[in-house]
Amino acid sequence: MHLARVIGSVVATDKDERLVGVKLLVIQPINSRGEDKGSPIVAADSIGAGYGETIFYARSREGAMPLPQPNACVDAGIIGIIDSIHVPITDEGG
Amino acid sequence: MILARVIGNVVATQKNPHLSGKKLMLIQPIDLKGNPAGSELLAVDAVGSGIGDLVIAIAEGRSARQVIKAEDPNTPVDTVIAGVVDEVITTQGSLYLFDTMQGR
Amino acid sequence: MYAARVIGTVVCTTKDEKLSGRKMQVVQPVNLLNLEDEGKPAVAIDTVGAGESEIVLVVGGSSARQTHLTNNTPVDAVIMAIVDYIDIEGNKIYDKHKWKAGV
Repeated sequence: MHLARVIGSVVATDKDERLVGVKLLVIQPINSRGEDKGSPIVAADSIGAGYGETIFYARSREGAMPLPQPNACVDAGIIGIIDSIHVPITDEGG
Repeated sequence: MILARVIGNVVATQKNPHLSGKKLMLIQPIDLKGNPAGSELLAVDAVGSGIGDLVIAIAEGRSARQVIKAEDPNTPVDTVIAGVVDEVITTQGSLYLFDTMQGR
Repeated sequence: MYAARVIGTVVCTTKDEKLSGRKMQVVQPVNLLNLEDEGKPAVAIDTVGAGESEIVLVVGGSSARQTHLTNNTPVDAVIMAIVDYIDIEGNKIYDKHKWKAGV
């Protein structure tokens, strides 16, 4: 799973029928220090995440598993909302 | 499977019900010299690892769900910590958890 | 999922039989913040009837097989939604209807 921040949303009327009712959010992947990592992507949300919240998400088939239709055509999905991140050892990586 | 160091943990109260009660650790994949290699990942801890530990992680969904004994095939977990490493021995020598921690 | 602009179509007569009747579009991935081109174009199976220059959502990898039209077919990218609006931090940065009217 990966960390990201919710920065926006996407509305799509014409979509695959298994995606009807699924909220699509724009998320910016980040590292544990909160710094942006790469370009934003669109992820399905089943948790009720809001703007500015830090979340974790899964890519690939796992992204669709929390949805009402777990076999929906989705390759990134929000799994949970993060309350806090603890990283006592400052690492040079990320 | 990937070799990684546990660098932290996260708290998430509101999450997919399949993950309730599971410990979530931040891991940094490393190379055989102990240097960071690639992006941090969030993994479900299946072995009781601690921050600073050198671990073996599995970053593939189906195997990851086996490790945490997920009954529902739709458990949205794609990365787990499957073991705490005591020592890695390669042709280039040995990588001890103790050594890597002392070297920091 | 990533956002992309439909920039063309591909016609293939000789192809895997499971792909017969499937429309293939050329999509240019765009950045979700400014809709500028980002990365290389790809070929994606269109399941929603997208038109040229529309902004669409594309799913990649094995998840691309999870539509009725692409079930068990050899595809790795599929257009599964036509975008109406993109909202970034409260600003509507894309509106399909305005876009079409040239506003």
